[in-house]
Amino acid sequence: MLENLFAGVNVYYSVTGGLLIGLSATLLLLFNGRIAGITGIVFGIFSQPFGDKLWRWLFLAGLIGGTLSLHFVMDMPIPKASNESLPILIVAGFLVGFGTQMGSGCTSGHGVCGISRFSNRSIFSTVLFILFGVVSMLLFRHGMGVI
Amino acid sequence: MKNLIAIFAGLVFGIGLSASGMTDTSKVQGFLDVFGSWDASLLLVLGGALGTTLITFRFLLKRKTPLLAEVFLLPLKTKIDRPLVIGAIIFGVGWALVGYCPGPALAALAYLQWQTVLFVVTMLLGAFVAKRIA
Repeated sequence: MLENLFAGVNVYYSVTGGLLIGLSATLLLLFNGRIAGITGIVFGIFSQPFGDKLWRWLFLAGLIGGTLSLHFVMDMPIPKASNESLPILIVAGFLVGFGTQMGSGCTSGHGVCGISRFSNRSIFSTVLFILFGVVSMLLFRHGMGVI
Repeated sequence: MKNLIAIFAGLVFGIGLSASGMTDTSKVQGFLDVFGSWDASLLLVLGGALGTTLITFRFLLKRKTPLLAEVFLLPLKTKIDRPLVIGAIIFGVGWALVGYCPGPALAALAYLQWQTVLFVVTMLLGAFVAKRIA
């Protein structure tokens, strides 16, 4: 039963990766007093005053650099690019940007940091976006067959 | 020093996302595909992250100030309002369509795949439009 549930899942890597994300959020809050919400950090590059921009760029550079270095150091294969169609990629990107900006956060800001602050907004948001993700998957993959 | 923490936190976050397979859109779509061939990876990642922050945040939010800044900059809103609800729903739909939320999409720019670049460009456009009209 448990083997079936975790078929194709590297439990060790998944949990370790999660711990690292938790460590990153802890460092950013403990030292800089900032919430490690990707939406807030990166979208803020375009809306925050000049003095509040540099650390956001650096965090983003680290995010990309960390990903790049992992695949070099650990000899892990680079994941295949999404095979969704051009219109789906465009629409999905727009919806994710629009929704996370409007809803004040994404999986990191609401799902990790917000829940850990016991924020009722974040708990509600996380349940809602996972629920609608599951329903959309059912509709678009198994119902309409477009993804 | 704060900038050094920012880049280090970014590095650790990026390593965490890619090591756990979250930059692989098929794994994230697999997590949402509860009625197909379900992939539990994302649940374990969220569990690992929450297992850490649920504990650490208890201690560090008891502090009056962070170590390097004057104040903790925490979200001020507490009410569940319409933008939160509509935003989360729209995000959920877009998330399922490709399997990218903002973090993994930006981290995966490292792979220089045009699909990811296109996704990130339209994501930033979507955020820009939301900021204008919402």
